[in-house]
Amino acid sequence: MRKYSIFAVAREAMRGHKGWPQQWTSPEPKKQYDVIIVGAGGHGLGAAYYLAKQHGITNVAVVEKGWLGGGNTGRNTTIIRSNYLYDESAALYNHAMKMWDGLSQDLNYNVMYSARGVMMLAHNVHDVQGAQRHIHANRLNGVQNEWLTPEQAKEYCPPLNISKTARYPVMGAALQRCGGNARHDAVAWGYARGAANRGVDIIQNCAVTGIRRAANGAVEGVETTRGFIGAKKVGVVAAGHSSVLMEMAGVQMPLESYPLQALVSEPVKPIFPCVVMSNTVHAYISQSDKGELVIGAGTDQYTSYSQTGGLHILTHTLDAICEMFPIFSRMKMLRSWGGIVDVTPDRSPILAKTPVPGLYVNCGWGTGGFKATPGSAHVFAHTIANDAPHPINAPFTLERFRTGRLIDEAAAAAVAH
Amino acid sequence: MSGANRIAGAGRLTPARTVRFTFDGDIYTGLEGDTLASALIANGVHLMGRSFKYHRPRGVLGAGAEEPNALMGIERDKARRQPNVRATVQEVFEGMKAVSQNRWPSLGFDVGAVNDLFSPFFAAGFYYKTFMWPKAAWQKLYEPVIRSAAGLGVSPDEADTDHYASRYVHCDVLVIGGGVSGLSAALAAARTGVSVIICDEQAHPGGALAYETGVAVNGEPGFDWAVETACALAAMDNVRVLTRTTAFGYYAQNFVGLAERVTDHLADPGPELPRERLWQVRAKKVILATGAIERHMVFANNDRPGIMLSSAARKYLNHYGVAVGTKIGIYTANDSAYETAFDLKRAGASVEAIVDCRDNPGEGLLSKAADLGIEVLTDHSVINTSGARRISAMTVKRNRGGGSRSVAVDALIMSAGWTPSVHMFSQSRGKVAWDAETERFLPGEYAQDCTSVGACNGTDELQASIDEAVAAGSEAAKATGGKRAAKPKLKGTGAGNWSGGMAGSTAGAGPDTTVKAFVDFQNDVTAKDIRLAVREGMHSIEHVKRFTTNGMASDQGKTSNIHGLAIAAEALGRDMPEVGLTTFRPPYTPVTFGSIVNHGRGKLFDPARKTPMHGWEEDHGAVFEDVGQWKRAWFYPRAGEDMHAAVNRECRTVREVAGLFDASTLGKIEVVGPDAAKFLDLMYTNGWQKLKPGRCKYGIMLREDGFIYDDGVVARIAEDRFHVTTTTGGAPRVLHHMEDYLQTEFPELDVWLTSTSEQWAVVAVQGPKAREIIAPLVEDIDLSNEAMPHMSAREGRICGVPTRLFRVSFTGEAGFEVNVPADYGRAVWEAIWARAEPLGACAYGTETMHVLRAEKGFIIVGQDTDGTVTPQDAGLSWAIAKAKPDFVGIRGLMRPDLVAEGRKQLVGLKTKNPKTVLEEGAQIVADPNQPVPMKMLGHVTSSYWSENCGHSIAMALIADGRAKTGETLYVPMPDRTIEVEVTGTVFFDEKGERVNG
Amino acid sequence: MLQIYCPYCKEERPELEFRHAGEAHIARPADMKSISDEEFEGYFFIRSNPKGIAFERWRHVHGCGRFFNAARDTVSDKFITTYEAGEPKPDAAELAAKSGEADK
Repeated sequence: MRKYSIFAVAREAMRGHKGWPQQWTSPEPKKQYDVIIVGAGGHGLGAAYYLAKQHGITNVAVVEKGWLGGGNTGRNTTIIRSNYLYDESAALYNHAMKMWDGLSQDLNYNVMYSARGVMMLAHNVHDVQGAQRHIHANRLNGVQNEWLTPEQAKEYCPPLNISKTARYPVMGAALQRCGGNARHDAVAWGYARGAANRGVDIIQNCAVTGIRRAANGAVEGVETTRGFIGAKKVGVVAAGHSSVLMEMAGVQMPLESYPLQALVSEPVKPIFPCVVMSNTVHAYISQSDKGELVIGAGTDQYTSYSQTGGLHILTHTLDAICEMFPIFSRMKMLRSWGGIVDVTPDRSPILAKTPVPGLYVNCGWGTGGFKATPGSAHVFAHTIANDAPHPINAPFTLERFRTGRLIDEAAAAAVAH
Repeated sequence: MSGANRIAGAGRLTPARTVRFTFDGDIYTGLEGDTLASALIANGVHLMGRSFKYHRPRGVLGAGAEEPNALMGIERDKARRQPNVRATVQEVFEGMKAVSQNRWPSLGFDVGAVNDLFSPFFAAGFYYKTFMWPKAAWQKLYEPVIRSAAGLGVSPDEADTDHYASRYVHCDVLVIGGGVSGLSAALAAARTGVSVIICDEQAHPGGALAYETGVAVNGEPGFDWAVETACALAAMDNVRVLTRTTAFGYYAQNFVGLAERVTDHLADPGPELPRERLWQVRAKKVILATGAIERHMVFANNDRPGIMLSSAARKYLNHYGVAVGTKIGIYTANDSAYETAFDLKRAGASVEAIVDCRDNPGEGLLSKAADLGIEVLTDHSVINTSGARRISAMTVKRNRGGGSRSVAVDALIMSAGWTPSVHMFSQSRGKVAWDAETERFLPGEYAQDCTSVGACNGTDELQASIDEAVAAGSEAAKATGGKRAAKPKLKGTGAGNWSGGMAGSTAGAGPDTTVKAFVDFQNDVTAKDIRLAVREGMHSIEHVKRFTTNGMASDQGKTSNIHGLAIAAEALGRDMPEVGLTTFRPPYTPVTFGSIVNHGRGKLFDPARKTPMHGWEEDHGAVFEDVGQWKRAWFYPRAGEDMHAAVNRECRTVREVAGLFDASTLGKIEVVGPDAAKFLDLMYTNGWQKLKPGRCKYGIMLREDGFIYDDGVVARIAEDRFHVTTTTGGAPRVLHHMEDYLQTEFPELDVWLTSTSEQWAVVAVQGPKAREIIAPLVEDIDLSNEAMPHMSAREGRICGVPTRLFRVSFTGEAGFEVNVPADYGRAVWEAIWARAEPLGACAYGTETMHVLRAEKGFIIVGQDTDGTVTPQDAGLSWAIAKAKPDFVGIRGLMRPDLVAEGRKQLVGLKTKNPKTVLEEGAQIVADPNQPVPMKMLGHVTSSYWSENCGHSIAMALIADGRAKTGETLYVPMPDRTIEVEVTGTVFFDEKGERVNG
Repeated sequence: MLQIYCPYCKEERPELEFRHAGEAHIARPADMKSISDEEFEGYFFIRSNPKGIAFERWRHVHGCGRFFNAARDTVSDKFITTYEAGEPKPDAAELAAKSGEADK
């Protein structure tokens, strides 16, 4: 692998950048692999990378129906935070958080992780109680999170409207300073380059059409649009399409796929220093390095694989943005798009073995999977390599919907009296 | 004089109607109808902006929405500053202030231009390869520098004072585009009487007719015909003509968003006019007549001010009467640019040469050029340009070798051909198809009920476009119920040839070169950047686009996408369609947040719900809190009281005398029918069959998974009638939940559900003197303890109006909840208050309500429970009817984890120091000295100072909590650890005697 | 914003009047108390989530208030049909053929 550095860039600048090698190649699939990962998003590519790097398993294929990083990895609003309530979630997301810090160096690829701080607003007494509960639990779990008064919140994010006469005045905010953003494409590309250079085959434009199982039920490989590819272990990391793929192995999932939209504004000079989220008025906003305001909207109410959604969903989000940041009313929406998010009943992911021997699944990240990418990939690789979960993902089983041992982050934000 | 480059007699603007405006502080004169771009060019100003990355000087490329370069800030006042406005779209008005962007200290001398010198270093994607050492420097050093260099204009920093409007509208036929095709289609449809909307993004109709002056329709000059046709359409009752209106988004089922710019062109719009208006149109049929966008030529240094699209130069001349230069060079790959050269020559400009990269221009063009004395260099290319802030010369070279020569020019007009605008078609989820013969993407498979006509459909010839549009208009009308009407007979003549062209880099900018041949001007993406992306393994156009940012600027690739694709395809040795075309996404051109939000600001962001007593509460100094959409009185501070003091007083007064509480926000559902009790048996854990009319019961509702969903008191009014109350926030979802089961799972039950939340106002009168207060006001009801014990309900009258009077208590005191029709709410409240006040009672708010119920250990669903709590967890096992065969949640409760040991249970907490009040949400541990991450046992759900108890009280959910009663646990805080004792949940009047008082 | 035909009101109305109510044709077990944990999981949590024709419930919440069923293609978001609650589940293959014809 050609090492990236300022010196390498300078050297290449002298000769018209003609010497850069391909970041990853596009090989023909082999007949047999040790592990096949279905889905070349950040979580899948990362799993392949850690299989190769940490477990020495390099005979790995990542099979992708489109182009790598083209699903939710390339469509999300890149918010990174780990201030989740429950111990299980805090452990998982904080594992990822620790990995974000240093990921660029590990991958030798600048993923532009920037700890700009994620501020979650509280607009009523109930929000305040919820935020405080998170902050206290986070502190005892070793997860950064702190309470800001409205004035402190305004100081941290000057465009914020903290007027007492706002429809839902800001009563304070929970701030995670190590939260922030990263460059989504770079995460996919960095993992792809790292994996490919360790021997992983990334096979794009190759849709999985079936999962072949032996007489004893165990996985034998995948049928694809480019023929059968064998492997004793298959990891499905297919986000919105997880139900469809698992169905191919006869596993019914507790998942529903919804459209989730996002938008960016035209680029402007730096105006917005951090990430702000408001669950009560439904708005998520930051500013990219390029200068665009990056804004996340909510899901449409119906299930869909269309990667589009209704204008009224964006309207609702922009209502909230202009209410909290009245200075942005003249900003212009430049581009909007949709992704397909797979949502579990308890809004926590499934990162686990399945009833089918040799079949593993990593799904159910809903609207917030990007932040977990390195941690999720890391523990998923562990689960595949050892045929047993890492302690961190052990609670995120498929069985929890039978036993009732849910990790209900959604319920924890219960509705007000 | 409105500019030295204004040609007398050319264009359509009126010389006498001048407007004065400023650009970067300098005063200029333009004409009414000018765009900022045309007015500046008229005044000889070509340098209008700086590019994103290299800060290269830029002038206009186009004359419309495709413009990537000439972006400016327009300032009406401090609060109304608009960044990133296309000078080619913005019309000038008297007093307008325009400022250039992305430069410092000035547009002419921009320090950022140093980036251009280091451009070999700043190749596509360079930032992924560096800025990683030392680790901390990314955020502290590199990123801030990158961020301040990036961005274009400056965001407003004051709240927008303009307002925006919105309309929803249905129509039979929506025509997008007001050029010759769109007008023809609209005319054909309109004649049949169907409702038609036609919109166009420009200030005037006509599209290309504005500059293609050779065209005549039915013998009349094309533009005149367009204006007359638009006027005739506008005069019809069934037609709406919208100019300055961009169709920006095509959503499911022919739902199209249009953004109308109402006042941006007016000097003094007046406050009554909205700045913009959002139209959300549901059309039965959509006709796309969105035209085509000209491409530039990709060659070395093709970005100097003065280098522009052929169609733009022609529009500046023929519409605005402005010559873009005096010594013109032309560089083309198709015939249409010749017409521009001829028009400019006729207007008096010197056309130095037409450089045509083909060797066989269209028939007759060479002789026509010769007639006009214009030199044509076929099979030649422009391989470079020079000039600092405006082009001064072009370097021309024969394609098959030979020497090059420099030609002095002050403007270079280029055309690589026309790209059909399939944006809206693609947004409608139609699939574009590659037309190999003409090498372009055209509408292929349709996904919605729409048709494409004219240039956007690849129909190049004028009469064919008209015929296609008329047919489409007639068919759309027929399909939507139009009357029979004669099709308009339209004969178009005199159009030039728009076919042909090329995509990708031209000679001198090929793979073997290192020149800067710009593909995407705004984002500074060059042909070699795209080749670099391919070299690095980016083999899908989506990768190329993201790696280079080609097509991701504020013009969204209108001129660059096809070139980028062609260059990538060439580098990969594949056909263009194999490399793919990126999906077009809304909006077509950027739309202000303001117009999308329109009325949804301030109070209309989310309307506040207020109870009938709200005004009284305001008058009496209540502080309100938001609970869902409701405004609820939180506490009533008196002079000198803070919240704490007010709540302490209210708490004491209620228990010593009495208090009035506005409980109107509680959800209320009337459950009526012979099977009402049976239905409630299924919806609640409790049993309802035995509840006697006139009695009340506290009910718990679960979801199917066994967790508490809602709670409330239910009164049986009659054998077949229940008055159900829900939590304030829960009312709509509880009704929905009940309706769901009633309609789909238990449809055999004869029950009707009606939401009565807003029909009843509720005055809670609680405390020892509650009966004394209301007794004189009540008729027909015996209020005595014997006749009306705790948990009973009666119908009668109060203050002369009907009431449902409940003897219930959420305070532990004897109390009544007076339900009266909402219209009487305030009057009844005031009458009760008139009785209560002299007795020393008070009005109290939600905070006091919370404290009083906590003193009694009553839970609040959503605060003491959070969707993971079962009735057993909450200490409410008694409310589960053991004998019932079924209720919603019965099976969920039996799941292994819900019956496991060690679940969190609701308990009380007393702090060892009685004065210490715990923080709600604080976590509880057994060992405060353990290392982080600590093993947490649970959290504090409710916590208050209890004036009545004289110590703090709290409730908490704690693992195996009830078994820990009497134990000491710890609440670690950032600055100290608080010791607590686990107790029962009832802190006051443990025997519960006071409710009978 | 979708446009939905309410089979009770017999009118097409905008999506804002409706609330999606999850997968259709999942009947609540009559003998709820005696089903196994697996059966409960299947009833309450497992969803078919098809890519293609989905059978789903909607409620005309700001209209007649009735729940009804719909067959909708989750790839194109096109409604193939809507029908009253309690009516039998249409045959997916037939619907697919019908929707294919409608496109032509």
